[in-house]
Amino acid sequence: MTYALTIQELRKTYASGTEALKGVSLTILEGDFFALLGPNGAGKTTIIGTIVSLVNKTSGTVSVFGHDIDREPEKAKQQIGIVPQELNFNIFEKPIDIVVNQAGYYGIPRSIAIPRAEKLLKDLGIGDKMYRKAMELSGGMKRRLLIARALIHQPRFLILDEPTAGVDVELRRGMWEYLRNLTKEGITILLTTHYLEEAEQLASHIAVINKGMIIASGTLEEILKLYDESATFGGGYRGGRLEEVFLQLTKEK
Amino acid sequence: MLRKDIVRMFRIWVQTFLPNVITSVLYFAVFGTMLGSRIGDMQGVSYMLFVVPGIVMLSIVTSSYANSSFTFFQSKFFMRSIEEILVSPTPSWLLVAGFATGGIVRGVMVGALVLLISLFFTGLTISVFNALVIFSFAILTALVFSLAGLVNGIYAKSIDAINIVPTFVLTPLVYLGGVFYSVEVLPGWWHTLTLFNPIFYIINGFRYGFLGLADVPLATCFTILGAFIALGIAVNWYLLRTGLGLHQ
Repeated sequence: MTYALTIQELRKTYASGTEALKGVSLTILEGDFFALLGPNGAGKTTIIGTIVSLVNKTSGTVSVFGHDIDREPEKAKQQIGIVPQELNFNIFEKPIDIVVNQAGYYGIPRSIAIPRAEKLLKDLGIGDKMYRKAMELSGGMKRRLLIARALIHQPRFLILDEPTAGVDVELRRGMWEYLRNLTKEGITILLTTHYLEEAEQLASHIAVINKGMIIASGTLEEILKLYDESATFGGGYRGGRLEEVFLQLTKEK
Repeated sequence: MLRKDIVRMFRIWVQTFLPNVITSVLYFAVFGTMLGSRIGDMQGVSYMLFVVPGIVMLSIVTSSYANSSFTFFQSKFFMRSIEEILVSPTPSWLLVAGFATGGIVRGVMVGALVLLISLFFTGLTISVFNALVIFSFAILTALVFSLAGLVNGIYAKSIDAINIVPTFVLTPLVYLGGVFYSVEVLPGWWHTLTLFNPIFYIINGFRYGFLGLADVPLATCFTILGAFIALGIAVNWYLLRTGLGLHQ
């Protein structure tokens, strides 16, 4: 049994004094589709930032496919592809250049990167815009460009931080299908999302984080079993079962 | 990374190459031609020939500094595209090398353009005492100021912080470092003070390559450049490795 991600006792206190993570421990099996859920400010993005080395942790250990991010940062980073929550590419560049340049940061020669980038962009439905400036892309296309960029070095572990935020329903379903296919190819996925239906559709394992602590973790079925009918909000149906469980777990007591 | 930077600097050539060229034309016209004809000779050569190395060096210093400081700051602050690199396995030393080389390319190209323009003001005559010294000083100076600009870009929290150092530190040091005069003409205290200005040694060494004239030995100039390069590489490597000023 290989773990794609192992986090032990991860703590992060920002310079402002905010304690974002209070001893998070988490494991994700290779090939799994794992959803990390939590309300705004729960610590999801801090965990992701720590895994990809954009946030310096206060204490704890993180390893990706057995490579500790402190001792073997280059080997750990080689395994990861990241789709961030916010757009972080140069909008004056062309999508093809953005993706091919990213390949360069992973040591992939342009002769390999260019055809690979063209295929990825076509597969993600932005093939006809790949030689236009990125600023001309629609919001949904920009999100898909982030996915293409994250996949260019063929990572074993893909992290998606709210990848479908602001994307219309039809496009979101298309992205779900694309992500399902990636899992079939053996890529491990960590997804954070506010659309609980998305997690319910895609994830086989789920963790719920609130105020910097993991408050529930298990398979989708195990999480759904936490549903407490007596504690249902408003006394009636509000959404999917996972949404009810999420609200019960994260509500202010 | 270097390819991307070079493509960028040519795409926006009006911002990257043209300003230094125009400023230099003004320097040559005002100081070299108009005032220079009244000043006469400096250290035995015409004033125009004397100021050419200083003005070329001025353009190398400002261009290489601006390139790495602004490129890094822009990708960190406006687009956050620096994250593309930070999440990749690119080692810190390679990041330093990439940004510094971008600065060298721009600095040396602008320097070459300004030198070319100087030919129109010197009547197509230019003295070359030692081409190897000229070339070495151009590259090493561009490297020093690329590294300095990179430190600025990494630490800067606002666009003001990018402009403060060139305006209040770099420009006075360059102007008082002997671009337009020899330290021989300065009074005693000012002469002594100038010896603490690192840019004085850089301009001096560069001028030696053109005219064979120097106020201080060439070895001293190379040693000071070498020390600043070592310091710049170490500081940048440490900042990128630890994420100081970058990571949260």
